[in-house]
Amino acid sequence: MTERDREPTVHPLWPGFWSLLRRDLRISLRERSDLAQPVLFFVIVVSLFPLAVSPDRQLLQNSGPGIIWMAALLATLLALDSIFRPDYEDGSLEQFALSPRPLSLLVLAKAVAHWLACAMPLIVVSPLLAMLMQLPGSAAGVLALSLVLGTPALSLIGAVGVGLTVGIRRNGVLLSLLVLPLYVPALIFGAGAAHAAMIGQNPAPHLLLLAAFSLFALAVCPLAAAAAIRISLN
Amino acid sequence: MSALYPQGEIRGKSGVLSVAGVLPTLGPARKIPDILNLPAPFPQDNRLEAAEIECLRGSQSLFHALSLTVESGVGLQVRGANGSGKTSLLRILCGLALAESGSVLWNGADIRRSAAEYRAQISYLGHKPALKAELTPRENLDVLGALHGRRPDGNRIVGTLAAIGIQRRHERPIRTLSAGQQQRTALARVMLSGAPLWILDEPATALDDAGIDILDRALRDHLGRGGLVVFASHQPLLETAELRQVRLPGAHD
Repeated sequence: MTERDREPTVHPLWPGFWSLLRRDLRISLRERSDLAQPVLFFVIVVSLFPLAVSPDRQLLQNSGPGIIWMAALLATLLALDSIFRPDYEDGSLEQFALSPRPLSLLVLAKAVAHWLACAMPLIVVSPLLAMLMQLPGSAAGVLALSLVLGTPALSLIGAVGVGLTVGIRRNGVLLSLLVLPLYVPALIFGAGAAHAAMIGQNPAPHLLLLAAFSLFALAVCPLAAAAAIRISLN
Repeated sequence: MSALYPQGEIRGKSGVLSVAGVLPTLGPARKIPDILNLPAPFPQDNRLEAAEIECLRGSQSLFHALSLTVESGVGLQVRGANGSGKTSLLRILCGLALAESGSVLWNGADIRRSAAEYRAQISYLGHKPALKAELTPRENLDVLGALHGRRPDGNRIVGTLAAIGIQRRHERPIRTLSAGQQQRTALARVMLSGAPLWILDEPATALDDAGIDILDRALRDHLGRGGLVVFASHQPLLETAELRQVRLPGAHD
């Protein structure tokens, strides 16, 4: 019996997912400078704010959650194109589209890898930035939790936007115009949760809505991004 | 033909290495016993058909009412001037692009109806080699194999890379390889895919004479096993095998 004879005719779904996820994480680890850029951008944008406005404690506490969420959004946007652009340019995306496995599952692997490489570092440094904004410890914890729950939606929605625009050479502005309006719910509930915790209210409703938003994106975005990629490749 | 497949594996599975070297390449090769662990002949005859397809670029028609047929053991060379739509035709045949009208049939079934099944049957080599610069040839082939459906084991990958002349470089990142070596690696991906239908867009690009020789032999072996090959190339390939040609009318302007 050769390997070929043993191969089942139905293609198992998950091996392709894991292989692709491993591949992307391996590439991220070998290109550490790409890994560092979004998180450095995040830190710099947030730390410029007290310099530009005022180091007033009350003001920083009030606007801190919103500022940090805005910066996280922009940092995500900055790295968004790298979800599919390199694969488009070297022809890998064509091979994804020609895989017998569902393209939506491969897209999901790309989005998960992007989230791990780009959003995770933001979440890790967010408590430091919360301290910079003079947020109390409880609010900093809720802020980090809101980022954990909300940033998956940013990566997933971003995958749809990049899938649609990857065939266009200079797509930066178009991508922002497409994607930023869709980020609004994550911004509102995410910043809302941290703000509620800071003024002593219960942040749970905000966090639950945020999680619901991410789950909705998880259900819809891989399919939409797969369709977008097939259109971009045609 | 044995030179194109991992020797180590032949040795490992049976003691009849010496037989492999004298097996004829065409025709009788389909009867090679499995025990040698050379890639087995494909179990069934296949047939790719394009019926009356039309392709537009912008509002201009590149070709229309184009029909072609390829069966197991037959190669098809797409010829035509620059810009005549060779790449477009190949992308339509593998289902990446849609024809303006007409249909592509695999064993009589429209490829749009049974897309996933069809994709498992083809291996496409485009202009871009689909290799990640940060990864080694071996890592690249491992992932691409898993995406295509069967993850080749490490020995087969190293063996195939050695057979196409990437011996010492298979642990270096792709970015340190020359264009020709990258093209060879991409070719190894096609050879490892186990797909009966190969669709190759300018497979001889950047290859030196030895590389073209290897490519020609790989194509010949594939046809001998009952595979199908559709390729666009300005190089003379498969000159003595059963080869059909389709010439696209478009001019180069």
